[in-house]
Amino acid sequence: MNQLANSSRMPNSSRMIVCDGNEAAARAVVLARPDVVSVFPITPQSSLVESLSQFVADGVLKADLINAEGEHSVLSALQGACLAGARTYTATSGPGLAFMFEPYVRTPGLRLPMVVSLVTRDMLSPQCVWGGQQDAMTVREAGWIQIYCENVQEVLDTVIMAFKLAEHKDVLLPVNVCHDGNYLSYGVSRIEMPAAELVDQFLGEAEVNWHIALDPDRPMAVDPLTGGTGPGGAAAFVGYRKSQVRGMQNALAVLTDIHAQWEERFGRRWAPLVEEYRLEDADYAIVTIGSMTGAGKDAVDAARAAGERVGLIKVKTYRPFPRQAITAALAKVKAAGIVDRSVSFAWDCGPLHQDVMTALFASGQAIPLVGFIGGLAGADITAEHFQRVIDLTAQAARGDLPPSPIWLNENAHLDERE
Amino acid sequence: MSMPDPSTLPKDLAPMATRLTTMLPGDWRALRPVVDRAKCVKCAVCWLFCPVQCITEKPRWFAAGMDVCKGCGVCATECPQNAIAMVSEDAF
Repeated sequence: MNQLANSSRMPNSSRMIVCDGNEAAARAVVLARPDVVSVFPITPQSSLVESLSQFVADGVLKADLINAEGEHSVLSALQGACLAGARTYTATSGPGLAFMFEPYVRTPGLRLPMVVSLVTRDMLSPQCVWGGQQDAMTVREAGWIQIYCENVQEVLDTVIMAFKLAEHKDVLLPVNVCHDGNYLSYGVSRIEMPAAELVDQFLGEAEVNWHIALDPDRPMAVDPLTGGTGPGGAAAFVGYRKSQVRGMQNALAVLTDIHAQWEERFGRRWAPLVEEYRLEDADYAIVTIGSMTGAGKDAVDAARAAGERVGLIKVKTYRPFPRQAITAALAKVKAAGIVDRSVSFAWDCGPLHQDVMTALFASGQAIPLVGFIGGLAGADITAEHFQRVIDLTAQAARGDLPPSPIWLNENAHLDERE
Repeated sequence: MSMPDPSTLPKDLAPMATRLTTMLPGDWRALRPVVDRAKCVKCAVCWLFCPVQCITEKPRWFAAGMDVCKGCGVCATECPQNAIAMVSEDAF
């Protein structure tokens, strides 16, 4: 850890380093300069908050670090800090997110612009400490913005951008930057570190409590009883909800603008909502989310080399759901195969599949969709798996729709359970 | 950063209030505390324990304010003299 801390002092120009996704997130937090960080370790997030603790101990990150007794306290402490004017950050996974749920659902309604990394993990039970997106997907309707990253560089860049998004006056909502447990948390790659001064200019001063605050100079009651027989009645509650939903929709345009600013200042372009990969002349497409996208692109390249007209659609922003960007991308193809790293228990498919179906119906487009569920419990989704996805989606494009969902990684290891 | 006067903020942005409005829980009450003035020794235990702080001092006893008292019965349970009875609101 000493070597890690020493190498973290930021020069004024960008430079290359090698690290995993958890360390990249921690280094992004250092660059974003939050005032208060509250932490509780949980697999696969632990090394992220260990890095942050070391950065604070070494004076690289000048923030108050609160070692709380659990995730409920972690987020409650950050709510108070944010209301007092602090830029705030934490990270969690699976059961930690579950324990955080009560303050978690309160945060967006209070319009508190926090950034919280979700190092995604499959949800209990069966008992499991490995990657999967079931934890983040379980809270997809809790009112937080959710952004999913493809690689370690995108984790670093997106965590920084998330602070600007959360604090934007048209948004004022908490942001989850999601990166896949195992594949991004511990996956090591070369990344470019932006210069600290440029990040300072990009983010500006924290503006987190001008609209709601714990401030003796501006006395106000925070979160008074609203609705029912309270002052203003249910209409007051409806007003807050409508405003919250509006802030969520505003995030789509703000995200697009922030990504353009990022490209202009730092020279790296990320699709803000939905990335279209080799889609222009495609007959059909596969739809991905998170780190599986890398293997998906490799498989598309291989299929293209073999003459298949296939493209890829990567969903980066999942909440709010970018329905216009998705339907515009899918308007270019005759069929799509959607790969989820989690399940919707209600719909016998993955949650992304369900959202794509809804967006297509609302836009009046009807194309055959094939649903795939893979990468649960730390399983790899390989280029070979994606080859199967591509073959079955091609079959659907030819008018022969295979029954969904198709479970990848369903290889017979059941005999080994003893 | 200059902070705006809270009273000028959009009314629908974040749930906060700058005016005091009261929502009195007296009409939630199913049971009413009735003090036996002969037993009350003015020890103030009821005043100390009342969760909504509705107990006021009278010349020879303590009494609960009926606008605020929600009938929880903590005062009756805690009274060392057993001077407080919880009586159904139907009797009033």
